[in-house]
Amino acid sequence: MRIVIVDDSGPRASVLEEGLREAGYDDIHLVPPRGAFVARLERMAPDVVLMDLGSPSRDTLEEMLVVSRALARPIAMFVDQSDEAMIGAAIDAGVSAYVVDGLRKERVKPVLDLAIRRFSAFARMQAELDEARTALADRKTIDRAKAILMNHRGLGEADAYTLLRTTAMNQGRRIVDVASALITASSLLGEQH
Amino acid sequence: MAFLPLTDSAVPIVARAKGFAEQQGIALSLVRTTSWATLRDRLVYGQVQAAHMLAPLAVAVSLGLSQQRAAIAAPFRLNVNGNALVMSPGFAAALDPDPEQRVTDPLATAHDFAAAIGLHHRKPLIGVVHRFSSHALMLRYWLASAGIDPDRDVVLRVLPPSLMVEAMRGGEIDGFIAGAPWPNIAVAEGLAEMIAIGALIWQRGIEKVLAFRADWLEAHPDAVDRLLVAMASAAAWCDDPRNRDELAQLLSAPEHVGEAAEHLRPALAGRMLLRAQGPTIDVPDFLHFHREAAGFPWRSQALWIYSQLVRWRMAEPSSENERAAAETFRPDVYRRALGRIDVPMPGASMKLEGAIGKPLGVGAHRGTLTLGPDRFFDGRVFDPHDIAGYLSGLPSRRP
Repeated sequence: MRIVIVDDSGPRASVLEEGLREAGYDDIHLVPPRGAFVARLERMAPDVVLMDLGSPSRDTLEEMLVVSRALARPIAMFVDQSDEAMIGAAIDAGVSAYVVDGLRKERVKPVLDLAIRRFSAFARMQAELDEARTALADRKTIDRAKAILMNHRGLGEADAYTLLRTTAMNQGRRIVDVASALITASSLLGEQH
Repeated sequence: MAFLPLTDSAVPIVARAKGFAEQQGIALSLVRTTSWATLRDRLVYGQVQAAHMLAPLAVAVSLGLSQQRAAIAAPFRLNVNGNALVMSPGFAAALDPDPEQRVTDPLATAHDFAAAIGLHHRKPLIGVVHRFSSHALMLRYWLASAGIDPDRDVVLRVLPPSLMVEAMRGGEIDGFIAGAPWPNIAVAEGLAEMIAIGALIWQRGIEKVLAFRADWLEAHPDAVDRLLVAMASAAAWCDDPRNRDELAQLLSAPEHVGEAAEHLRPALAGRMLLRAQGPTIDVPDFLHFHREAAGFPWRSQALWIYSQLVRWRMAEPSSENERAAAETFRPDVYRRALGRIDVPMPGASMKLEGAIGKPLGVGAHRGTLTLGPDRFFDGRVFDPHDIAGYLSGLPSRRP
């Protein structure tokens, strides 16, 4: 069974490819949806195409599936009306699947299940990474604000932090917002730090 | 509600941002989507309850022509017109050098276009946003009027609207037809020139509709009615020239269209730049949302779409398909929902399309309703009761 993954995100496509290989599928190709990608895809004559639901190029792909004369058998969206939950899960996970006519449901379902799991896991990982990045950036901002307070008010590090926290609590704002306001104000006053 | 980032997504955006939905007790959330396929899937599989949809796509999904078949119900039109065809300056050089002459005489330009095809170094590649788009049907109609076979003499390449300008820049296409703001951006950046304007091909063309799954619409009449009232109020707000600048600003937000307000304003004002640093032309009907009962889903227009799908062999001619297409548009729901507010209500659900030459007062249940001229550029009239007769008079796809 030849599987083509059409995806813009290198890491996500790799995560999916790896999963499929572990599951024993070995005829897997990655195609980024750029330029003349449909012509490449057409030549590959895939049995299954997995594509990011968020890709703006889905309309281009579907058009090829309708008009292609090169494909021996028609390919259509994998839809199993008996399994609404699965369709919902696929859309939630951001994956769409196109399957060649005549391929049995039992053969396709494990591939799609795996794609859904991997896409979801990737989205979770991405969210966690974004969160971690934000946390790191916040910590840097707070450190700079602390340094300003330590310089100007002769406070120790712990006291500088307590002052930021108390101010934030009194104003009902987040510590990082108070810290960045302090940094802005300080730079407007021409301070160097 | 799912939408694509386009100037004509204005009505749902305004319904939410200006509180019209909230006033009706509707917590409207908008899901920005980048392909029509994904918008269709979200609607068909119930991830959203409503969508800003290409009218021909709504008909195609009802007919089972676009992946999973599902009965779609469109009780409201979100706008009238709004498209333009642009071509590269190289291609445009073979047409009438006066760009105003070009767009105001679509019949002559179609013939010039036919001649220009032979002079071009390749079969012209024209971007269309979807096979089931009003743009593609309008382009096919216009090309065919000059004897061009759109399936043989040009290559129609499907690209999402937001990628058209980049494809133009990269030389992947020679031109494209799309909704504002994309043609305006391509012209302003000098990548293309204005060749044809939707509102001058069909003066009152069908464009986007508010689409629901028919079963959901039947099961939630109260929510549907309130949403329609919100949309109608938002449409009136969008059409008011005093709100134009605010609307352009609102649309330019990254969560909406995400393009500069200066690119969005021309379509709203009906002032089209025809060539970079060149002349502009006023097309007051370029895009409108409310006047002339713009929201009313004329069944005759659903049938015009059906006629074009049959013409280009995308749909089989059959009485079942004809009925399914007509039933996609739901004037009955429009009447039920908006009967309690003050909007003029057409008495009929079908009309001859293309028969109005100058503003015409028509039968209305309440108030007065004047319909603007709705001519096709070639003067043909579509009679929804004689589709076969209409089609026999049109050039169509060769077998």
